[in-house]
Amino acid sequence: MPKVVLSSGSASLELTGGVTAFEVEATSFRRLILELEARFPGLGHQVEESMAVAIDGEIFQDAYGVELRPESEIVLIPKIGGG
Amino acid sequence: MNYISSDLKVVGTRPIRPDGVDKVTGRALFSADTRSAGMIWGKIKRSPHAHARIVSIDTSKAEALPGVRAVVTSADFPEISSEMAFVGEGPMNFRDLSDNIMARGKVLYEGHALAAVAATTQAIADEAIALIDVVYEVLPHVIDVDEAMRVDAPVLHADMFTTGVNPKPATPSNIAKVVTFKKGDIDAGFAAAEVIFEDSYTTKPVHQAYIEPHACLATYNPDGQVTIHASSQGHFMIRAYTAKLLGIDMANIRVNPAEIGGGFGGKTLIYLEPVAVALSRKSGKPVKMQMTREDVFRASGPTSGASVTVKLGAKKDGTIVAAQQVLKFQAGAYAGSPIGPGCMCGFAMYDIENIDVLGYDVVSNRPKVAAYRAPGAPISSFAVECAVDDLARMLGMDPLALREKNAAVNGTKTHYGPTHANIGYTQVLEATRAHPHWKAPLAEGHGRGLAVGFWFNIGGESSATVHVNEDGSVVVATGSPDVGGSRASMGMMAAEVLGIDISKVRATIADTASIGYTFVTGGSRVTFATGMAVTQATEKVVEQLKARAAQTWDIPVDAVEWRDGKAYPAGTNAGAFEPLDLAAIALKQARTGGPINSEVSINAQGAGAGFGAHICDVAVDKETGKVEIIRYTAIQDVGKAIHPSYVEGQIQGGAVQGIGWALSEEYIYNDKGLMENPGFLDYRCPVASDLPMIEAVLVEVPNPRHPFGARGVGEVPIIPPMAAISNAIKGATGLRMPDLPMSPPKVRAAMDAAL
Repeated sequence: MPKVVLSSGSASLELTGGVTAFEVEATSFRRLILELEARFPGLGHQVEESMAVAIDGEIFQDAYGVELRPESEIVLIPKIGGG
Repeated sequence: MNYISSDLKVVGTRPIRPDGVDKVTGRALFSADTRSAGMIWGKIKRSPHAHARIVSIDTSKAEALPGVRAVVTSADFPEISSEMAFVGEGPMNFRDLSDNIMARGKVLYEGHALAAVAATTQAIADEAIALIDVVYEVLPHVIDVDEAMRVDAPVLHADMFTTGVNPKPATPSNIAKVVTFKKGDIDAGFAAAEVIFEDSYTTKPVHQAYIEPHACLATYNPDGQVTIHASSQGHFMIRAYTAKLLGIDMANIRVNPAEIGGGFGGKTLIYLEPVAVALSRKSGKPVKMQMTREDVFRASGPTSGASVTVKLGAKKDGTIVAAQQVLKFQAGAYAGSPIGPGCMCGFAMYDIENIDVLGYDVVSNRPKVAAYRAPGAPISSFAVECAVDDLARMLGMDPLALREKNAAVNGTKTHYGPTHANIGYTQVLEATRAHPHWKAPLAEGHGRGLAVGFWFNIGGESSATVHVNEDGSVVVATGSPDVGGSRASMGMMAAEVLGIDISKVRATIADTASIGYTFVTGGSRVTFATGMAVTQATEKVVEQLKARAAQTWDIPVDAVEWRDGKAYPAGTNAGAFEPLDLAAIALKQARTGGPINSEVSINAQGAGAGFGAHICDVAVDKETGKVEIIRYTAIQDVGKAIHPSYVEGQIQGGAVQGIGWALSEEYIYNDKGLMENPGFLDYRCPVASDLPMIEAVLVEVPNPRHPFGARGVGEVPIIPPMAAISNAIKGATGLRMPDLPMSPPKVRAAMDAAL
């Protein structure tokens, strides 16, 4: 199953109760957000509003349709802007 | 379609810039140039205190002044609850944004807006501002980031409880959040190290210093329709923020993008627009507002200042086995410094097994920070690149060789999660080693410094339309304000796909009512993301052109091919027809189905990261401490330079801004927390006479996710300069200057102390 890793300390760890890595059943970015919200209320919303995810090494800022493979690694990171 | 390996005829050339004539003749219309019939002038009353409670505001005398048409305070703006949104360049709390444009209850920095007037003349508006009577209860203030983190520091926000720590604090503080990034086992890494280097560094907040102050013209019509003319890095951003802060539907706001006189991240926020709309709504008149340079310094965002420590552990052969960094970033008066990217970028150029980064987002009584090229990265890289340089000295290694030995490559997993892919860092280092500057002998007393930098670059939402005019010329419209030459690059990509000369394409920026949503021009995303939208929209037009030719020739569309700006029968079996060019097809577009155009909206993914290396030679005047830049070379992987002159300009501009950050720019506060140098005479930006020619070296490792291979180029060049210069000063004097700016008094004091 895809594995989620919380790289950033930020508020995410408060929502997961300190859990830094866990497996999910989601098969897409959108389902991942829903699953995060269901398991750790507030986390899905936080990811959607202010975070980006790195899926298998590539950063996605917003992309519901991106597919997750069973061996995918998903890292939650701060959203990135620029100047 | 991917054109990376194609024989490109337009992309990569240097046509005359489409905005050049307007700008050099003074005809370009910036925000301050806009006028409207019946227009009146808005002015802002600003706090004279760094931190104070607003006891009362009496506007009666100002309202009674002849010529005054409206006065507003926070009471004229809806109260907004805490709500995060990502509209501009980073997560933004709408409540904070509302409070920042019009203070509620407290003023949090000198220059904080707390009332505004609109009057028939600027002089009357100024007089009215002076007649607004405000009673303050002055509160203790704090400016410095380390002092703001102390437990006995004056607290700016009673509801700010640090996030990211466990357990959650029971008392408020100025530390908005704590972030950490870890890779490997940092303790084991340092235990295995044979050489350890550690040092502390500070940087000062610096302003983006765009030439054009913020300005806008807003009209609130009696039917509730709002029109705004403003320059910014995102007119959709202005629409969204103004709508939210005033409770107006977006459909009722139309924002027209004016020419922009520089932004560099600082125009991804709003300050004036909602105030001007509120004044227009109250007065019934179009309201013009423009900041003075003092306003810009006192009330608009600089980037963060910071306090940073770095610790590196290495084997004697130069393998870095442990890297640790603690970053304390000033956010200004509201949470939201670029601490996240700051934590992510410092070590992103290196392949290190064990990394630990800890970051703090800290508020203090300064203007709220705004994005500035590669937000956060220049600060963390200044510290890391100075430390790597000193580590090289400890190891007796060439500083470039140490970076080569530990360089991130494709497949390197970063400490913040993603794995580097399709990066051109190796090629940048190769170009650095091969460059004549790196090999050139140094004059007596001169020093040479090297530093490297990384930025992610981003994609995001972009919209583009392509219209074929009746004569076969083409108009490309996008929703991206042009801050760095995007009209040229958009037009060139369209011309390349169409196979026509760039002179036949005119690129424009459409207002918010005329094109689909487009995210801000920032993060070096436009050439990548909007360019992708333009390319796809143009390809759709090409498909239409082929279909029109097929209809004209009465053959199947798949029997038509498009090359060099013309439709051809695809082989002899398709028929013997004379090729049809754009003009010929456009001439008959009414008969073949009507106007030919297309619109594409995308959320672009796959932005290619950027890497750069800067080499700097300096001379240090031993009498005055003045540092002179003798030679400067900036090498960068740009993917594919669509218009190389603009790319070189981005690199030169970023390097110069970094040189200012390094040597002269700083906010000087007195003991009351008031800025003492809010003008370009005393806030010293580098000018042409301070600088040598900045040589920009373009390394082109194509980004395979962009049709032409482009990467963002505007962020990376501001990252290496501070460390490159500090390292050069070390080479010239033997002294490490860990605190910015490395201004003459500081350098002279360091030399005196070393005697």
